[in-house]
Amino acid sequence: MEIFAASDADITAEVRAADIRATFSPPTPAQPPRRWKGEPIRLSGVTKSFGARPVLRRLDLDVPAGQFLAVVGRSGGGKTTLMRLICGLDSATSGDVFVGEARVAGLMPQVRLLFQDARLAPWQRVIGNVGIARGPAWREQAHAALQDVGLADRGRDWPSVLSGGQRQRVALARALVSRPGVLLLDEPFGALDALTRAEMHRLTERIWTEHGFTVVLITHDVAEAVALADRVVVLRQGEIALDVAVDLLRPRPEADGAEAADLRRRILAAV
Amino acid sequence: MSPTAQSESLALGAVPSVARQEAAEAGLDAGLLGRVRLAALGRALLPWALPLGVLALWQAAASLGFLSSRVLPAPGDVALAFWRTLKDGTLLTNISVSTGRALTGLAIGGGIGFALGVLNGVWRPAETALDSTLQMLRNVPHLAIIPLVILWFGIGEEAKIFLVAVGVAFPIYLNTFHGIRTVDRGLVEMARVYGLSSTALFWRIVLPGALPSVLVGLRYALGIMWLTLIVAETISSTEGIGYMTMNAREFLQTDVVVLGVLAYALLGKLADSLTRAIEQRALAWNPAYQPGARGVA
Repeated sequence: MEIFAASDADITAEVRAADIRATFSPPTPAQPPRRWKGEPIRLSGVTKSFGARPVLRRLDLDVPAGQFLAVVGRSGGGKTTLMRLICGLDSATSGDVFVGEARVAGLMPQVRLLFQDARLAPWQRVIGNVGIARGPAWREQAHAALQDVGLADRGRDWPSVLSGGQRQRVALARALVSRPGVLLLDEPFGALDALTRAEMHRLTERIWTEHGFTVVLITHDVAEAVALADRVVVLRQGEIALDVAVDLLRPRPEADGAEAADLRRRILAAV
Repeated sequence: MSPTAQSESLALGAVPSVARQEAAEAGLDAGLLGRVRLAALGRALLPWALPLGVLALWQAAASLGFLSSRVLPAPGDVALAFWRTLKDGTLLTNISVSTGRALTGLAIGGGIGFALGVLNGVWRPAETALDSTLQMLRNVPHLAIIPLVILWFGIGEEAKIFLVAVGVAFPIYLNTFHGIRTVDRGLVEMARVYGLSSTALFWRIVLPGALPSVLVGLRYALGIMWLTLIVAETISSTEGIGYMTMNAREFLQTDVVVLGVLAYALLGKLADSLTRAIEQRALAWNPAYQPGARGVA
């Protein structure tokens, strides 16, 4: 029985790998590169308190344009608060947040956010969700974004028929439509199974390399941070406990190797 | 011929050999198809078995004289009354007059209820100012104000339309309000982050999210609409189904009275089917409203 089970799993893995290759093969050379401008993020002396309880304490952080930053920390460490400050959903108690040249005051159109849950409107078809902000030529743009995430043929479907991974891919397409300078990822892969998560990692990495926007990934998965980011920041009790560069060659499928393992150990120790 | 088909015709035994021969020629497919069709027909007819049975019993009781036509006319007499009133045009005139009143009242009352539900749902100050008043008014049985309505409007069209409007406004208000308040906060936040204006937010997120609840309110309102109209028309009218039945009572035409009751039942069922069709179209995104959807359990 065990032998059968093992061979079954092998076949599945092989099929999935082929799937992944098919879905995430680079775009056809006929398409011109669609790089757009990444925006730097700068936080200076940012404090955010809810009542008397400070969630972020005098935080200074510089993210250069086009960097892939991962923010790691325990729940309640201020990760999500940091992200809500960058996209303008909340405002800092004191200190300043800058995206590009602009001081963040209210919602920033050049910042897009991928939520933990996909947050697709169930009454809009996939294409309508991707182009939720409408605007001129939204249908073409939405279609191009869907193509980017490998779901070009699902535009007419209702979100209710999609799998969890597909929903997150639609949400990613929705974030890409407006060509944001900054993409914030709030643990968007947390609820996915391991294989789908690996797919999403490759997809995110590919799209980021292609378009060159700045990414802030919030996660509590240290391996995920090391596998994807240029730089990992550990947030502990509202302060930066560790700020480390990840100088590993890309692409790095699962970031195995001594160097990556050592990094993971260091980050885990700081969390 | 399949073994099952064979064993079945054997079991039937009495089937003449010619028929058996034919069945064998038609082959397995036709036999199976016929049985499937018969089963489908049976399923379609089953809900009608009880009403048809009652109807047959009723006709028999009336024909045999157990049931006086002064108490309840025979179904045949009702059918005759239907034919008579259809021919002289009174039935259709009365039905269209009643339907017109019902829909006018629904449009006015439903519109007001919907507008108030939206206003109070999206804007808290409006809720603070209006909701407790509306809750008080809602708990007054609207038929209790008939004497007042007659004093205000007399016994003309306005009185009936007013009563229907008051009746339907509250269920639609309540369900619209509730629907808007329970729209997924996460989606609203998403829409704001993705730069939707307030109008876009309303049309693309809030209203579609509230729609299932609004439609429940509409179905509930339709029931109240007919109920109110029946009462209003019975009190004072010169046209309409209510008038037709009250008039028939004066002349002891029980068949026409029963016909009027049947007309109300059919109109109510029609309105309900219409809302179901609207639900199925407007809520096609919801798996619960897609064709072939099953219950939760």
